[in-house]
Amino acid sequence: MNIVVLLKQTPDTESVIRIAEDGRSINTQDIKWIINPYDEFAVEAALRLKEQHGGTVTIVSWGPQRVVESIRTAMAMGADKGVLIDDEALYESDSLGVAKALTAAVKEIDPDIVLCGHRAVDYDHNQRGPMVAEMLGWPHLPLAVSLECDGTTVKIERPVEGGKMILESSLPAVVTMGGSHAVWNPRYASLPGIMKAKKKPLEVKKLADLGLDPSECGEEAAKIRLVSLEMPPERKPGRIINGNLDTEGKAKELVRALREEAKVI
Amino acid sequence: MDIELSEDMKIMLDTIKRFVQRELEPISRQVEEEDKIPEEIVQKMRELGLFGLAIPQEYGGLGLSLFEECLIYEELSKTNACFRARIATNNGIGSQGIIIDGTEEQRRKYLPKLASGEWTACFALTEPEAGSDAANIKTRAELQGDHWVLNGKKHFITNGDIADMATVFAVTDPQKRARGGITAFIVEKNFPGYRVGTIEKKMGHRGSHTAELIFDNCIVPKENVIGGIRMVGQGFKTAMKVLDRGRIAIGASAVGAAQKLLELSVDYAKQRVQFGRPIANFQAIQFMLADMATQIYAARQILYHAARLRDKMGTSVTKEASMVKLFCTEMVSRVADMALQIHGGMGYMKDYPIERFYRDVRLMRIYEGTSEIQRLVIARELLKD
Repeated sequence: MNIVVLLKQTPDTESVIRIAEDGRSINTQDIKWIINPYDEFAVEAALRLKEQHGGTVTIVSWGPQRVVESIRTAMAMGADKGVLIDDEALYESDSLGVAKALTAAVKEIDPDIVLCGHRAVDYDHNQRGPMVAEMLGWPHLPLAVSLECDGTTVKIERPVEGGKMILESSLPAVVTMGGSHAVWNPRYASLPGIMKAKKKPLEVKKLADLGLDPSECGEEAAKIRLVSLEMPPERKPGRIINGNLDTEGKAKELVRALREEAKVI
Repeated sequence: MDIELSEDMKIMLDTIKRFVQRELEPISRQVEEEDKIPEEIVQKMRELGLFGLAIPQEYGGLGLSLFEECLIYEELSKTNACFRARIATNNGIGSQGIIIDGTEEQRRKYLPKLASGEWTACFALTEPEAGSDAANIKTRAELQGDHWVLNGKKHFITNGDIADMATVFAVTDPQKRARGGITAFIVEKNFPGYRVGTIEKKMGHRGSHTAELIFDNCIVPKENVIGGIRMVGQGFKTAMKVLDRGRIAIGASAVGAAQKLLELSVDYAKQRVQFGRPIANFQAIQFMLADMATQIYAARQILYHAARLRDKMGTSVTKEASMVKLFCTEMVSRVADMALQIHGGMGYMKDYPIERFYRDVRLMRIYEGTSEIQRLVIARELLKD
């Protein structure tokens, strides 16, 4: 089976995020970069498919050279090949531009199935999977918490409002992963795997290599522009009701504060 | 850190960090209570490749440099000490005798099993009457036809209870002793006459066991002398070479544990409020934090320097290795003491990891050569002609 995983490198969710001087991007200086956790689930699901059916797992990603480390990590987990689209034109593009570039790279590989996270934990646009599916003209099965595939059809389970929906489609198809770390339990890159990963093929491509013109996917083509970022307001410090009140007095004061000041009851 | 790491190394350290956070630290309390690492965690450690860090690649290991191995130990020592102890005998004292002085056949036979973690190795030198005075061992080995017969008792043997094979030091010539009369043997657990004795109850390092090994007319094939027959009588030198390397690795564990203690102390000082302010606002606490950080910084520099020196120069770094073990392990004891002081009563409680670190790091000044022995080694190197 020929499997592609779309992988995005995102800031570690534990990183401290600061807005850069331009007011519309983040300061990347002290950021620790990781594989978008939902894409990591996709890598795990892809490796399980490969274990079942054989074949190859190719990682397709975009971004600057630092992304190589994330692709190598996925290779250390067991992926076979990697493609990095590193083109400055993409840095100012929107989701649609990125999806065009990813689609072009996927078409070259011509896989049976494409897996990726249903969203990335940085901008939360939720667009990449559906857009790539649309441009490929393939069905899109979203929010998978399980995945079964017999080589010609794919079946997933997705949660709906506490219930469960089962979706089935013929291949080729795009599946976007939902669930959590506990659901997918992605494997660790083993240390020997990390050493072997550096020998696996990784192609770095420009948009032109994919037959695309920067004007099709770059800033000029962007339909959405990120105008500005704002930090959430700082949380006010908590208040401890004390005074010289007994328990009953404290309870009374708490109810009064909740009703009159916080206006929540 | 002004250190340029390879991409491999960055990914490895990142992986170890995540493994420690997600798999090891959450079960640390359980391991303390049960005095045992769950088998499924040991299996995950095997899959990760932790047992073969220092074993050369041609024998199934990762073949890391000592410097790289130290970086991994630093990360791995930020949690319960038993996890590092579990892998330490395969990477260090249990396998290094074979790596340094073993024959090609011995390497091919044993190292792949140790690198995968399928087998566990241990290092059996210490005896009740021979701790710091290691040359005073009493265990005897006599050649009888095509095999050796070992008799004696070893104690304080890390992983002795679970080991599949032991590097055992025994006297083959009582007249010569350390000067040509001690020999290193590879003894497998199923050799007749090999037995595990008492498992000690310890102050710390719970989850890692230290056991007595008993050799009662234990039969060891003639060829199981480390390095082959030509190395009969040369075992003491082998032991010293193995310990020399281990000293730097212990320095790395000390630095890792100290770094974790500092991080825990900084966090605690910021959130613990007394007299209406976080205690981090008080100079008395600030000075302790500053001293901890400064001592860790200094220790890390000599650790990295000595490790890289050994990677470059081979075994001739005896003095530096002893300095690293002495300085780093004394340092972590002071840091643990200050961390406990900053945490106050909370630090003394088992709900916080401080008391565990306090007990665990205390051993570092004792095992694989006490601080006093390190000073003797350093002085001997300084004063030799």
